[in-house]
Amino acid sequence: MSTLTSAVQAGFDVEKVRADFPVLKQKVHGKPLIYLDSAATAQKPFAVVEAIRRFHEVDCANIHRGVHELSQRSTAAYEETRGKVKKFLNSRSKNELIFVRGTTEGINLVASTWGRKNVHEGDEIIISALEHHSNIVPWQMLCEEKNARLRVIPMNDRGELILEEYEKLLNPRTRMVAFAHVSNALGTITPARQIIEMAHRAGALTLVDGAQATPHMKVDVQALDADFYTFSGHKVFGPTGIGILYGKTKLLNAMPPYQGGGDMIKVVTFEKTTYNDLPYKFEAGTPNIAGGIGLGAALDYIHAIGLDKIAAYEHDLLQYGTEALTRIPGLRLIGTARDKAAVLSFVIEGIHPHDIGTLLDRQGIAVRTGHHCAQPVMDWFQVPATTRASLAFYNTAAEIDALAAGLQKVKEVFS
Amino acid sequence: MVDDLYQEIILDHSRSPRNCHPMEDATSKVEGYNPLCGDKLRLYLKMRGDVVEDASFVGSGCAISTASASLMTEAMKGKSRSEALKLMERFHELVTTDTAAAHDLGKLVVFCGVRDYPARVKCATLAWHTLKSALTNETEETVSTE
Repeated sequence: MSTLTSAVQAGFDVEKVRADFPVLKQKVHGKPLIYLDSAATAQKPFAVVEAIRRFHEVDCANIHRGVHELSQRSTAAYEETRGKVKKFLNSRSKNELIFVRGTTEGINLVASTWGRKNVHEGDEIIISALEHHSNIVPWQMLCEEKNARLRVIPMNDRGELILEEYEKLLNPRTRMVAFAHVSNALGTITPARQIIEMAHRAGALTLVDGAQATPHMKVDVQALDADFYTFSGHKVFGPTGIGILYGKTKLLNAMPPYQGGGDMIKVVTFEKTTYNDLPYKFEAGTPNIAGGIGLGAALDYIHAIGLDKIAAYEHDLLQYGTEALTRIPGLRLIGTARDKAAVLSFVIEGIHPHDIGTLLDRQGIAVRTGHHCAQPVMDWFQVPATTRASLAFYNTAAEIDALAAGLQKVKEVFS
Repeated sequence: MVDDLYQEIILDHSRSPRNCHPMEDATSKVEGYNPLCGDKLRLYLKMRGDVVEDASFVGSGCAISTASASLMTEAMKGKSRSEALKLMERFHELVTTDTAAAHDLGKLVVFCGVRDYPARVKCATLAWHTLKSALTNETEETVSTE
């Protein structure tokens, strides 16, 4: 079987979508490229490549400064993206959307501005056992600085967070609950709405790492009632070096600025500086203008296909992949959450993930191997590393078949 | 699909690594770690004067790193400190440059394919980095490929 019937019924044409991604039309080691590493970075549709090229070729100027035509064009194009993100996340206002370099910077911004001001000795920050290093280390640094305590929501052997244990961790000293909406190493979708509600009941704020959720599902920050939500442009088919931090207006207003410099100020004298209003207060210096414009094109592209269709197609593809891999003797899936997105992380008895990765690469198949910047997750499952095939809507069932066949060949080499 | 990287000797040594055991009477014991992939290795050396009398290792790693440790410990036995360090340099050239001459490397030549896989060089050299540390300061410590 190499087509997914329900997707065809839903009117999702994967071949048409694939034609939009120039990078997919190549051979690697003489074999057609099969790109199964979208959780590391997603490929870019031609519309994104073209928007960035056009900016550099036609509209290139600094933003928010010049009165000349090019500066106005580039400012308009860059700021237009903020409006597209507002729709993408369903935020109340464009002003609560801060351009950052990516999810990592979004988390660091909150930890170092909100955190420094509001976390004190004896306070507690809760993260989860699923986190990427980027949602562990900034909080660890903050806790060390403030003599605060970092606590961890445990998971079960499927890779699902245990909410009963989380409930026990919450107390009046809890200041922040920071967690991934989707785990990058396992694909687990966390019950974000519930986690946030429980945090709020305990008087704590929440930050959601949306890096792996935004490419695969509709996110509504108002429905979630998230206090902060952050994601990376390059995981949603946009360029690297650009991302978004959403924060509730009253929280952002009360936070000190992140970096000082141009654009984040209203008036500067040697005696005193008056900071700019939101969102510019957090955006010092010339930003990644081309990246912002590219992100806008990426969000347009996703919107035109529709995240509902994307989610439905990927759901079928993941199920197909899960069944195909489960049939391989000696293969163990790591992460089998009942609610899961786009990730097939696995180990094969007696074969190291790095050897699997290299031998698949020889067959044109790109997967990620290693600890996926989530060493505590690997420790929990007692594996040094896994092989991870991560899916996007441009992947096909035929590619899953090729992965399964490729893994059989890997097993033959090591038999 | 045995190719230029996974030559038969490498596969053989990864399936049944030689000298893969702890050593009670080692004169030096050093840990090697590759933070990129989590590979860990502990190298044991027994020196008699300036000569490596025995070498062994334990650890978990990929086929390349296991075979490299296995073949390295074989090659070390009977080598003087300076011979061993010279061999290390030759091995490093073999896996990182296109021009390295293969002579004097013996079976280690099977690792020549690694040069075409920059991401795997650290797998091949983990044991050797650890060896260098063991030969140069004979203390217990952890060395890293980073």
